[in-house]
Amino acid sequence: MKILVPVKRVVDFNVKVRVKADGSGVDLANVKMSINPFDEIAVEEAVRLKEAGVASEVVAVSCGVAACQETLRSALAIGADRAILVECGELRDTELQPLAVAKLLKALSEREQPGLVVCGKQAIDDDANQTGQMLAALMGWPQATFASKVTIAADKTRVEVTREIDGGLETLALPLPAVVTTDLRLNEPRYATLPNIMKAKKKPLDVFKPADLGVDVAPRLVTLKVVEPPRRSAGVRVADVAQLVDRLKNEAKVL
Amino acid sequence: MTILVIAEHDNASLKAATLNTVTAAGRIGGDIRALVAGSGCGAAAAQAAKVSGIARVLCCDAPHYADHTAENLAALVADTVRAAAGGYSHVLLPGTSFGKNAAPRIAALLDVAQISDIVAAEAPDTFVRPIYAGNALATVRSADPVKVITVRSTAFGAAGSDGAAPVERLAPAADLGLAKLLGCELTQSTRPELSAAKIIVSGGRGLANGDNFHKLLEPLADRLGAALGASRAAVDAGFVPNDYQVGQTGKIVAPQLYIAVGISGAIQHLAGMKDSRIIVAINKDTEAPIFQVADYGLVGDLFELVPELEKAIG
Repeated sequence: MKILVPVKRVVDFNVKVRVKADGSGVDLANVKMSINPFDEIAVEEAVRLKEAGVASEVVAVSCGVAACQETLRSALAIGADRAILVECGELRDTELQPLAVAKLLKALSEREQPGLVVCGKQAIDDDANQTGQMLAALMGWPQATFASKVTIAADKTRVEVTREIDGGLETLALPLPAVVTTDLRLNEPRYATLPNIMKAKKKPLDVFKPADLGVDVAPRLVTLKVVEPPRRSAGVRVADVAQLVDRLKNEAKVL
Repeated sequence: MTILVIAEHDNASLKAATLNTVTAAGRIGGDIRALVAGSGCGAAAAQAAKVSGIARVLCCDAPHYADHTAENLAALVADTVRAAAGGYSHVLLPGTSFGKNAAPRIAALLDVAQISDIVAAEAPDTFVRPIYAGNALATVRSADPVKVITVRSTAFGAAGSDGAAPVERLAPAADLGLAKLLGCELTQSTRPELSAAKIIVSGGRGLANGDNFHKLLEPLADRLGAALGASRAAVDAGFVPNDYQVGQTGKIVAPQLYIAVGISGAIQHLAGMKDSRIIVAINKDTEAPIFQVADYGLVGDLFELVPELEKAIG
């Protein structure tokens, strides 16, 4: 069984982003970019399934600028076998949107015929939380979002997924092929070792254009402006519990 | 304009976030209808009929909607939108795990973009939504004929209950037979729900273990009638279950009072609680970033301060 793992290149989670003064977006110049953390968890899960003998091949896919090759190399260093880049270089970051990416992934899924697609539940830049569900809809496949446990049945015809939902956990059984999106506690991704980083450089990486896949990636949403949220200013330090309770009662009036 | 609100419910009653979603629909303006799809969901539909602002309730009652799986629900909603005379201009869902799971599936079936987690509606086609863990707010305009939207419930008040809408039966779509619910492990609690609580006591890594978390924070929460929350660090360390998590990828909360105990304040945590009216931070690290957003900061040993606070409130 082949597993397809879509990965996104995003601003590193440790970076505090700055909104551009002209309101056109956030400043991405000279900012550290990394693989989206949820997608890294997805790669790790796929690689573990391969190591367990459940999956035969792990294919990482990224859609975006040419530099997404670095993101794919990160996935290959964790243990993916090969990579596909769909280069959409002419689009700015906010212009390549989840529906278009889902359509690109659909075209690739039809070519590659994976038994399972595992991707992050959301990207930490646009916080959209859409692509996996959209791909599942376009393929007519079942979906299990926010996964904290993934178990493939021995005959590889179905998957059981435990999902983190608002009230706790729920477990679904899905026939394969299916789309699973990862939550934080599914696994802890390994650190890529230097030998594996070197090996990753030699693994195959194919490049397509959206037109090669027959997909129209024109954006549906126009970003009119991006602003900083109202800033919360630091309040006061209180000396002790008595002062805190007094302030909460008499100043804030919340007790 | 006709807006379809997809109600989140447990068949017996509506989930609180549905009421905030109806308020958001009201801001967009137009004829608001609610779809209640479930199994034996008559009581939830009857409750929806009383929600202020709803003009009509569509009740779709069939066994294959019992578990609210996204596959069957999305197909039903897409069919309903396509079949409606005059059409729907908007489909709104709460930005909960239920809504986030189903909305993109609906949007893709309709071949339209989805607008996630809106915090304001500036025009029927223009919405404001947080990006980068709430460190930026984007205003986006959709050119699609149907706008599929999830609503951040903390940004909109709850709709009232003085409505009297008619309830219509909606014929079910075919059962796709794709996903099957095997079981649930829902956290049992007598405390208020996190996303609807007026006061939240939240704990982090500083509590050191699950025993301390419960021993220290539960009495304080009980005294205040508060919900209990946690940082990702506390959940990852196994102090409490996942549904306690407040943050960018957990629950987004905005209570009247948020008491952060032993939480350093990573940006991903702040993203989930910085719209709280009053924030109190108790932490031994005077440099902890949580103090930069706290209205009242108390530096010291939480193991002494929390019991003291509990007594002082009494």
